[in-house]
Amino acid sequence: MTYREALTKSMQEEMDKNADVFLMGEDIGRYQGTFKVTRGLVEKYGARDNDFNPRVVDTPITEAGFAGIATGAAMAGLRPIVEFMTMSFSILALDQIINHTAKIHYMSNGVVKCPIVFRGPGGAAKQLSAQHSHSMEGWFAHVPGLKVVAPATPADAYGMLKTAVEDDNPVIFYENPGLYSIKGMVPDDPHYYVPFGKAVIAKEGKDISLIGYSRMTHVNLAAAELLAKDGIDAEVVDVRSLLPLDTETIFASVAKTHRALVSYDDWRSGGFGAEIAARISEECFDDLDSPVGRVGGLNVPMPYARNLELLCIPDENDVVKAVRKLL
Amino acid sequence: MAKQAVKKSPESKEQLEAYYREMLFIRHFEEKSNVAYRLGKIGGYMHTYIGMEALATGWLHSIQKGHDYVITAYRDHAHALILGTDPVAVFAELMGRKGGTAGGKGGSMHIFDPHNGFFGGWGIVGGHIPLGAGLAFAAKYRQEDRVVLNFLGDGAANQGVVFETLNMAGLYDLPCIFIIENNEFAMGTRLEYHAADPELWKRGIPFGIKSERIDGMDVIQMKKDAQRIVDWVRENKKPYFVEVMCYRFAGHGAADNDRQLYRTKEEEAENMKRDPIARLKSYLLANKMVTEEVLEAIDAEELERVEKIYADADAQPAPDPDEVYDNIYSDMKPDLGH
Repeated sequence: MTYREALTKSMQEEMDKNADVFLMGEDIGRYQGTFKVTRGLVEKYGARDNDFNPRVVDTPITEAGFAGIATGAAMAGLRPIVEFMTMSFSILALDQIINHTAKIHYMSNGVVKCPIVFRGPGGAAKQLSAQHSHSMEGWFAHVPGLKVVAPATPADAYGMLKTAVEDDNPVIFYENPGLYSIKGMVPDDPHYYVPFGKAVIAKEGKDISLIGYSRMTHVNLAAAELLAKDGIDAEVVDVRSLLPLDTETIFASVAKTHRALVSYDDWRSGGFGAEIAARISEECFDDLDSPVGRVGGLNVPMPYARNLELLCIPDENDVVKAVRKLL
Repeated sequence: MAKQAVKKSPESKEQLEAYYREMLFIRHFEEKSNVAYRLGKIGGYMHTYIGMEALATGWLHSIQKGHDYVITAYRDHAHALILGTDPVAVFAELMGRKGGTAGGKGGSMHIFDPHNGFFGGWGIVGGHIPLGAGLAFAAKYRQEDRVVLNFLGDGAANQGVVFETLNMAGLYDLPCIFIIENNEFAMGTRLEYHAADPELWKRGIPFGIKSERIDGMDVIQMKKDAQRIVDWVRENKKPYFVEVMCYRFAGHGAADNDRQLYRTKEEEAENMKRDPIARLKSYLLANKMVTEEVLEAIDAEELERVEKIYADADAQPAPDPDEVYDNIYSDMKPDLGH
């Protein structure tokens, strides 16, 4: 099953399980979603009165408006799954998400809950240039009150989306567009919940910990294969959940390998990988045989030309090069 | 004043007396909060409802309390009090105390009481308007007959997200009443200086939303208009857009202590003749519904009640330091402390 199909299956099962779960976003219904993640759902859950389909709500192109309306619906106890056509467009809704959604529970001291999921593709796809290629997960993971997850595999996409929908707090669910077509085994179990705050070891190794999430987990696995040819045994840590962050698993891996390289798609300066690197530096100083390394996107607005774009997006060669500096 | 009184009200004498009591209670509560602010017992931003009491009183007596939803901006004390929120908890919240409506984490601008249908208490001008429409969306989704009162100021009427919300409310037929509390000033900027067309009521029209402008300084007329509109929305399950004209006697916030920067004393004095409390008093006396003595007794009782509320709130402790991490999430605390 593809990552895309895993997401669709996950949402459909959650919608069947709980009548309060509904989808909202631009072109997710009649058009089936820009990346076809909501394919078939508008037909499955038909319109009620006057063309209004409460379970699959097509919205106007007004991100702040529908992010806010979904948040209000969640305050009243519904469980919206909001799709941003790309996470770059969530920038229009940041006041709603950061100043409202993320604050409700704390400002009301817990008397108002806001169970809502904002999901969509984030990061560079292919030649979408500067305005459509943002990695937003680090921006959101900066905000207390939000949870932020970024699964790398179809099984995790399936199980983490279920966990997100059943969480009583706002969740940012980050999907890299390059992952939609990858395939993997997905458990045939509608109750397969992948908990937040649990990193996994995607590949065991003993010489260095390659730490990343989402697409970078696959890049790190490819880099580990290249390194293996030179006799370097890299461990790959798939962080999966940024907020909450499983520092226990990350630190244990570093304690074992004594070296750490954190890689992420986002701009290198101030991206979420910088936070992970800082935490390792603070907590694992005695375990480290070299400084914590970082690989990130170039600090450049994403250029259109394919050769320039590829320069900006970290790949396995960048990871291998950075590893060699640390060994 | 008696000449201005509207024709015989359908409201009972008891009801009008209750409005009088309630508006006076709000007035005294707000005046006391100003005193507490000056004493340094209240910090940050605080915005009182002085002069606008008839507006919230009229609207909130037109809904089914606890069933219908209400949301507003930061000038929110009156809405919570009328809906039935414990006034001691409201005052304690203003003072950042443990027993406040939000345990001292929200403050004046963020009073919440969902059990009484009150969903805040929001600080970003215009930012809560889609949330209010979302509450209405939930009512429609569940096929309930709730209506939503979505209050905003005249300044908020210019925010982009308000227009986005009006479009979606019209598109989805959300049972949401957008109520502009037009007190003529966006902070210190007069209506004519912030709105290309000061007739804000027209802004619902392009979205197919029934729209009108009404007066909000006479509680009897306010209640009548509000009831008519609430009933229409409940019956027709569509949005409504209302511009309610009023006047803010106080400054924008407690820290606004130089109102002459944007309006003259003469203008204020002229508008204070429209005081909704004095107006109802004149009406009650002119129609011989109550005696002056009864009204004075009510005034004294409410003043005393507010003093007691203040004392009870002020007796409460500040939140415990270890509560700082509570309720960021429903099920976890941040993994990093100091």
